Formats: sequence, structure tokens, C-alpha cells
Amino acid sequence: MEFFRIKKDIPFMRHALVFNVISLITFLAAVFFLATKGLHLSVEFTGGTLIEVNYAQSADLEKIRGALGKNGFRDYSVQNFGSSQDVMIRLPLRDAQESAKQGEQVMQALAAEAPGAELRRVEYVGPQVGKELAENGALALLVVIIGIMIYLAFRFEWRFSVSAIIANLHDVIIILGFFAAFQWEFSLSVLAAVLAVLGYSVNESVVVFDRVRETFKRVRGLSTPQVLDHAITSTISRTIITHGSTQVMVLSMLLFGGETLYYFSLALTIGICFGIYSSVLVASPLVMWLGVSREQFIKPKKVIAEGATDDGACV
Amino acid sequence: MNRYPLWKYVTVAIALVFGFIYTLPNFFGESPAVQVSSAKVTLKVDASTQARVEEALRTASIVHDGIQLDPVGVKVRLKDTDTQLKAKDAIERAFNPDSSDPRYVVALNLLSASPQWLTSLHALPMYLGLDLRGGVHFLLQVDMPGALTKRLDSTSADLRSLLRDKNLRHGGINRDGDRIVIKFRDEETRVAARKVLADSATDLTLAEIGQGEDLRLIATLKPEAGKKIADFAIKQNINTLHNRINELGVAEPVIQQQGADRIVVQLPGVQDTAKAKDILGRTATLEIRMVDDSPGALEAAMAGNAPFGTEVYTERGGSPLLVKKQVVLTGDRLTDAQPGFDGQTNEAAVHLTLDSAGARIFKDITRDSVGKRMAILLIEKGKGEVVTAPVIRTEIGGGRVQISGRMTTSEANDVALLLRAGSLAAPMDIIEERTIGPSLGAENIERGFKSTMWGFVAIAVFMIAYYQVVGLISVIALASNLLLLVALLSLLQATLTLPGIAAIALTLGMAIDANVLINERIREELRAGMPPQAALSEGYERAFGTILDSNITTLIAGLALLIFGSGPVRGFAVVHCLGILTSIFSAVVVSRAMINLVYGRQKKLTKIAIGNVWKADGASTSAVDGKN
Repeated sequence: MEFFRIKKDIPFMRHALVFNVISLITFLAAVFFLATKGLHLSVEFTGGTLIEVNYAQSADLEKIRGALGKNGFRDYSVQNFGSSQDVMIRLPLRDAQESAKQGEQVMQALAAEAPGAELRRVEYVGPQVGKELAENGALALLVVIIGIMIYLAFRFEWRFSVSAIIANLHDVIIILGFFAAFQWEFSLSVLAAVLAVLGYSVNESVVVFDRVRETFKRVRGLSTPQVLDHAITSTISRTIITHGSTQVMVLSMLLFGGETLYYFSLALTIGICFGIYSSVLVASPLVMWLGVSREQFIKPKKVIAEGATDDGACV
Repeated sequence: MNRYPLWKYVTVAIALVFGFIYTLPNFFGESPAVQVSSAKVTLKVDASTQARVEEALRTASIVHDGIQLDPVGVKVRLKDTDTQLKAKDAIERAFNPDSSDPRYVVALNLLSASPQWLTSLHALPMYLGLDLRGGVHFLLQVDMPGALTKRLDSTSADLRSLLRDKNLRHGGINRDGDRIVIKFRDEETRVAARKVLADSATDLTLAEIGQGEDLRLIATLKPEAGKKIADFAIKQNINTLHNRINELGVAEPVIQQQGADRIVVQLPGVQDTAKAKDILGRTATLEIRMVDDSPGALEAAMAGNAPFGTEVYTERGGSPLLVKKQVVLTGDRLTDAQPGFDGQTNEAAVHLTLDSAGARIFKDITRDSVGKRMAILLIEKGKGEVVTAPVIRTEIGGGRVQISGRMTTSEANDVALLLRAGSLAAPMDIIEERTIGPSLGAENIERGFKSTMWGFVAIAVFMIAYYQVVGLISVIALASNLLLLVALLSLLQATLTLPGIAAIALTLGMAIDANVLINERIREELRAGMPPQAALSEGYERAFGTILDSNITTLIAGLALLIFGSGPVRGFAVVHCLGILTSIFSAVVVSRAMINLVYGRQKKLTKIAIGNVWKADGASTSAVDGKN
């Protein structure tokens, strides 16, 4: 079996501008949603109380709301979670002392008004913890970016590291954009997924760049776009198969993992799809425009300027 | 070229055997058990306790499947949950005859059902997090400013009495925020006072401000003293929490310091958060009272009519003690208790430090009652326990009290701990709480397991269909990756959470990348017309650099998550990072070893079962092929 029977190098670079414009539009849309709608942050970041209860029969949400209202709770949200029997109750932060007891108060209220609730999970997060988590999350993202840039610059060249990071950061923004646009809950595990995807799709660029470097070293007389086309074409089957395999795993989590892993795997799915696109079709043109050329890979003694120009902007 | 030296095969074999042995305990499941541990610091669980447990079970004619003693306590393995409950009742009756004053914690627990030889190799099942086994998690914030303020208040009282003792007149000592302000009327006194303070209050930094009539001395705590107080406060709070949680009868509580001023409390299996919170927040008090030694009084009390204003308590040794109801001193006045040695006799001793008010009271009592006994009581939940009842030998001033005589070093340690454990050094707030019901925990395990299994099956089917024999080898390598990862997690006893299981699944999904890279490379070399043996070797050689690069970038992301992540993210990051390391080994070394075993020996290898390798017909039109 062989999926990819490609006779010629596919001239990806000829359409470089189109790919980047598509990218730019998606990116701007993501930024737009982030700016206008904002992320729907989970209790972990905002602080507050989250209570998950389970009823043997379908839960009567109105009754639950009534029970909460009667007992003096304000600004609560009551939603079904996964199935009609599972109910998720969210309560905002009150002053610290009181918030810590909200879980029990809710259960008491439910026992009186809407009996039969089985407590599945309570999560209470105080205000200082939430703020810290948000800060640490941002810090982790920064460290990942800097770490990967340094590594790529050291292993390849600064042009590669800059393009890889631009391409993959734009993935991150797009994932966040999806979460903002659909108001999916952004929790700590989603953050973990985003960072894992960042590391993972940089792989993709690395694989292509490795080929670029190898081709530059091995073959003379090719223009930079030709080298890039060849590198992408010869790795494309691997790209698709690898991402397909990872996606199968993620899909399995999406289907069997239940609510807890749902948004985690959703973030991974978006990340993987856009990861392929951006790390191959966005990173490579960026490298080209940044002016990569053969000279940067061969030893200075053997400087040969044939084919590629310095700015690499030939067609 | 595709031969490994023997030592490489041996290494791979050893790694796989290791992986197998340490993964094994996870398959045996758990058997019900009853655990007996000490509820009091002064009570040690040892071989004699084990004998008592056996005796108790024999009397109740309950058959057990093994009994063991470890640092936590005595654990008895039982056949089923019915027997477990019966055994718990029997042991409870034997060990805690007075149910209002439990001396031992008798808790239900689950023990790994793996055979003894595995346990002796430290091969234990993975340690499941709360989200998988159910339970309560609290994050408590210790109020350090509160602890410092408390300390400064007692320090300013100390300074007041110090200056009075030296006959230095001051115009008032007050705490103002985090500093102590002492007013003086003349320069002379201030200089003298400063000298005195510099000598005896070494924890303080002194500064002079003001002029003319308004002279002041500002005392602030030295940073290292502040740090010491904070350390002390958190240690003491952890000790106190330990003592209190013992009462809940939790088999494996986790109480750990997190960061400078936080404490994590995890109580697996506990569902009643209200009770847990009540116990965590309760304050125990320490009281010093006088012992009634008048002849006949104790006998009368034992007969049922205690003299007016007295009550009977039991000493640690078991003998009764008649104690007056009037409280002389409370634990609030006690600032520290440390084990140590008597300066003269070199006997084990406990050193107490009282604050200035406490010291004054203590001086007065001891002066009046030389030769009598006093009792130090720990009052918790309205019940008292005599920690120690020393004889007063002389008048004791200065707030430094030493209790010595007939104590071993470990007893001194225990008494000091008990004295400190009475109260929290600083108030605590719950800043994070998670409760996970047991049904959700079991469901989470099942979900995580199912996702991983079906994902793995799908990948395996595809790989074998697409790459045939070489694909099968890749799948075996992937399976060995899973084996090694689970073995490592079991060996390190890292906490496995649901995000951790997700990380296992994701790592497997990503790890196959390395094998795809290799296999594609081999096909490519075959397509370029290389003989099979050379193609295999080239494929591995060339793919390796790429595999390393891509894994390192993923590892960077994993490490950042590990460093900055907390809670669920950390659980994910640990598994993710370990998974990347095991995947490099399994994808490159294990799969290569197998390729070598299968193909390396065949001298005239004409075909590799890697699926049909399609070649472009006729002249190649690829730019590169043309120029190769």
C-alpha cells in the first residue's frame, strides 16, 4: 500500500503568497474573536466553585435553579454536562471564608428542593490561586517559545527558528480563537494541550527543515524554492501519516475520554490540523522570504553561488 | 551492516524484562485490607502490635491472607470486602476499647494483590491520583503575616519586661505594622536601651529616629529571623494537621508543604468534606494546671467522689492523676517547645519557651509550689490528655522552662511535638478544594483506559496494513514504549491522574512519528534503488537526527509545563516528558534490534516486507533525483 504516488515535486512555493494570505485571514479572525468575545475561562483561572452532581433520572434544571435562588445564591449557572442526568453548577467567588463552604451549602439546598443528587465533584479555587495559574500559564508559554527558538537557532539557523516560531505561534492563536469564537471552556488541561501542540507542530517544521538542509548540502544548482518544494514533497507522506496516527489517538480520546478530556482533545485536534498546514505551508515560505540560501549550510571554503541568490527571491 | 553486537541485544532484552516486571503489579488489581496505625505521637506501632492484630483476628476467627508491618503501620490483607469490614470491627474493638478516645487508627485500605516477590522488588502498581480513586484535595494557605504579627506582639511584650528589669524608662512600646516602635524621653536612656536590646534581642534590627523630646527606637525583625518564624509556622501546622487527620481514619493521607507558605492535604477515599474541614480547622489547646497531691484525694476520686474543683486524668503511663480544674496557663503563652538535653545531668529534656506574660505567671506559681507537681494537658474536642506532669524543683523565671527526668530521647521528642502540636502556629485558609466522588474516579480510569486502547488498536491496524512486517515491528516497538512508560511510572511512584492517562495516549500517538519517519526513509531509499540491507541501515541512520530534533522540541514544551504547571497540568507534564524519553529508546533501539534480528542475518536479502514500494515509471522527473 502506498498513498502518495507523487511523480514530481509539487510546486508549493509558487502558491506561497496564497497560503500566507489564507493564514493571515484565519489569524486575524482568531484575533478578532479573542478581542471581542474573549476566552471563556474555567473556574481554575477565574476562581469560584464548580459542583458536578448526578441524578438517577433526568435532572430538573429549573428545580435546581429554584433551590439555589431560594438559598441566597446569586450569579449561578446550572447546565447539563454530558448527559441529562449530569448537572454542572458554577458559582462565582464570594469572600474567601464563605466560598470554601459553598459546596456543602449547595448540597444541602439540593437535598431540600431537588433531592436525589449524588455529588460527583467539587472544585473550589480561591482568587489568588486563579491569578497565579494564569500567570504561570503565560510564563510557560513564553519559556516554550524562547526554548524552542534557541534550540532551533543553535541546531539550524536563526531564519529557521524565527519562521518556525511565527508559524506555530499562529497555530496557538488560532486554537485560542476557536475557543473564543465558540465560547468553549478554556481550562488548565486545554492550556496543557496548547503547549503540547506547540512543541509537537514545531516537529513538523523541524522535519521539513532537516530535509531542506540535507538537500542544500547534497544537491547543487537548485533554486531555494525548488529545494523547499522538494523537501516538502519528500516528507509529505510522513507528515500525513504521522499526524493521522496522532489524530486517531486524539479522536479516540474525544470519543471515549468523556467530558473531562473533551476540550483537551478538541484543542489537540485543531492544533494538529492547523499544525500541518502552518508548519509546512507557512513556515517554509517564511524561511524563503527571510533569505535562506545554500551558502548558509556549506563550509565557507567551498562557497558556490550558483543558482540561489542571496535573498533567495527567485522564482 | 544490520547486526547488533550481543551486548546491545542483551541491553534491549534487559530493558524489556525490566519493563515487564515493573508493569506487572498493575495487572493484579487490589485486595481489601485493614490498616492499623498509631493515632498518637507517643504510640509506636511495632512487632508487638502486629501480634496483637493477629490475636484479635484469631479471637474473632477471621482468616487473613497475610499480615505485614511497614513504617505506616500494620496491614492485614483479606479475602473480600465482607471479611474486611468484619476484621475492621474486630480490630477496632481490640485496639480502641474506648471509642471516644481512639488510640489507634483502624482504616480500610486497598493493597496491591501482586505476589510477594514483586513487592520485595519494589514493583508496585502506579500511584493513582485523587481524580482516579476519589477523595478530597485541599490547598491551604498559611497566613504568614499573621504569624509574624503574633510573634511581634509577643516580642514587644518581651521588650517591655526586659526594659523594666533593667530599669530603663521608656515612653511606650507599640507594634506598628511590621515594626515595633519604642519611645524615649532622653538620649541617654535610648543609648542604654539600644545596648541592652542589641545584646538580648538578637532577632531584631534596631534603628534610631526622631530628635529632641521625641526620640524613638524602631525594631524590625531580621530577614533570617522572619524566615525562621515562617519555617517554624509551616512545620508546626503540618504536624498539627497530621495529628488531626489521624482521627479521620484515612489510610494514606498526603500532607505536604507546597511553596513557601502552602500546605497540600489529600485524603483519598474521604467523601465527607464537611467533617474533614471541621477537623482541619479545629484548634486544640494546651493547658497547664496544678496536680492535687493531697493524701487520700486521689483514692476518693477513684471511688467516684472527686474533691471539689478537681478531675481525674490518666497519665501516659496509665496511672490516674488528680488535676485541679483551675487553669494556670494556656498554650497561647507557649511560643516554642524543643527536645534537648539537660545542661548538667545530660538527661533528655524538653525546653519550653513562654512569652513574657506567661513567664511572669510561671515564675509566680513555681515560687509558691516548689515540690508540687503540675500537669500539662492537651485539650482537644473537650477531652483532655496529660502530656506530662513534672515536679517543680525550684522557682523558674525568665520564661525558659525545662522539663526533664525519666525521659528517653524519643520520649522527649514526642512530648515536644505534642506540646507544639496543640495549636496552629498561624491561621490557615482553604484556597483550593477538589472533591471527586468514587464513581467518577472509577469512570475516569475506564475512560482513560478505553481511549488509549482504541487509539492504540487503530494505529496498530493501520501500521501493519501499510508497512506490513516492518509495520508490525513498529507496533511492537510502540507497545514496548507503553510497557516501559508504565514501568517507569510504577517505579517512580509518580501520581497518575486522568490528564496523565491522556498524556500516555498522546505520547503513543506522537511516538509512532519516529517509526513513520524511519519507515518512510527506508522506502525512499528503496525507491532510489538502494539494496534492501543498505536501505534499512540508511533509513535508520538518516532518520535519527530528525527524530532527535523533533523530540527535543517536544521535550522543551514538556519541561516548561513541568516547571510552571500545577495540579492537572503537572500530572500531564510528568508523563509526557517520561514518554518522550522512553519513545526515543523504543522507536530507535528496540525497533532496530528487531529489524536486525529479522533481516540482519539474511546475507542475500532481496525484499523487505514494508508494503509495495511504488516507483515513478520511466525516467524520474523529480528535480533532485535527476541531479543525484
